[in-house]
Amino acid sequence: MKKRKLLLTAIAVAVAITGGIIYAADHLDSPAVSNQTTDITDVYVFRGENTNNLVFVANTQGLLTPAATGAAKFDEKTLIEFNIDNNADNVEDLVIQAIVKNGKMKVYGPYKPAATGTRSTIEESAFTAQVDVTPYGQNAIIAEQQGIKVFAGPRDDPFFFDLGQYLKIIGGEANGFNKPGTDTFKGTNVLSIVVEVPKSRFGSSSTINVWAEAKKAVM
Amino acid sequence: MKIRTGLFSLLAAGSLLFTACNKENTPPNRQVYEQQDQMARPAINTVFVGTADKDMFNTTIPSSMGAAFQAKFKTRLLALNAGYTTNALGQNADQLTGLLATDVLNVSKTAPTTFFDGTNILTGRALADDVIDVELLLLFGGPTGTSNPGLTSDNATPH
Repeated sequence: MKKRKLLLTAIAVAVAITGGIIYAADHLDSPAVSNQTTDITDVYVFRGENTNNLVFVANTQGLLTPAATGAAKFDEKTLIEFNIDNNADNVEDLVIQAIVKNGKMKVYGPYKPAATGTRSTIEESAFTAQVDVTPYGQNAIIAEQQGIKVFAGPRDDPFFFDLGQYLKIIGGEANGFNKPGTDTFKGTNVLSIVVEVPKSRFGSSSTINVWAEAKKAVM
Repeated sequence: MKIRTGLFSLLAAGSLLFTACNKENTPPNRQVYEQQDQMARPAINTVFVGTADKDMFNTTIPSSMGAAFQAKFKTRLLALNAGYTTNALGQNADQLTGLLATDVLNVSKTAPTTFFDGTNILTGRALADDVIDVELLLLFGGPTGTSNPGLTSDNATPH
């Protein structure tokens, strides 16, 4: 009985700590997605080595220790979707969807979705490329089909931030940052999805707005 | 006239056929995926959204975010930095929080892509961009970027 209570207390403390302390960029940002396959930690969009292309990166399942990374997996029920607005109204005109199936990351689009908003379906005919998920510790496996390159697998989290000191400042325990700072994310991994797409696939606008969504299979 | 009637019959037959086809081949309902998380600019939900709103922020479509969150972001900004006037981009509190509350990443298809590189501002986000320092500078640095010097960089570098 006592043991059980102790365990419960320990769990409660652990929840309190992860819920309250370890979050940043978008790592474990909200109660519903913390420690889930649907937790997006960061989004990057930059032009490729080939400057005619844009590279989209969605990192998920953050703060993986090296010991935990080998067992971390993409989820067949989690759809990662890049939303692209190309007429400045912050509504998606195009989506790029990525979802894992039998060890392969499958990419659909960019294509115009049947509906905008918080519920998505996958249009099978919009399939463009797929790649084997790269196992932990191995060289990146990259595939290219129909002009679209794709990678999926564990990577060192590129995000860097002295989160510990930030929280001390916010909590009134410190007046400023240290020099040098301590990067909270050094030595941790994420599960990364990278898709490189020719700019010409996004229409003629000179800018686009992008955001990433994680969506879970329902029904 | 006859030709026309014939055409109509053909069309009618065709549509009947289509209807029949549709009925027989109706695929099972497509799998629906429901939104759980979203993000664009780094650390926005973390820094600006209160605990009670975090899940809601993650499921509010970007075109509705400004109306839902700008005022709350402004309150949060002034709680973090009571002395906020403008920042290095010349934005007052309304303008900065108006920009940040609609959480999308602006990406240029023509310019170099960076959160900020000294020349280009908010044209994308590259892996090594020091996005936290940019945000700290805009929140705490004041109009010239020199206010609150202990708060405008976390002195963490790409690892």
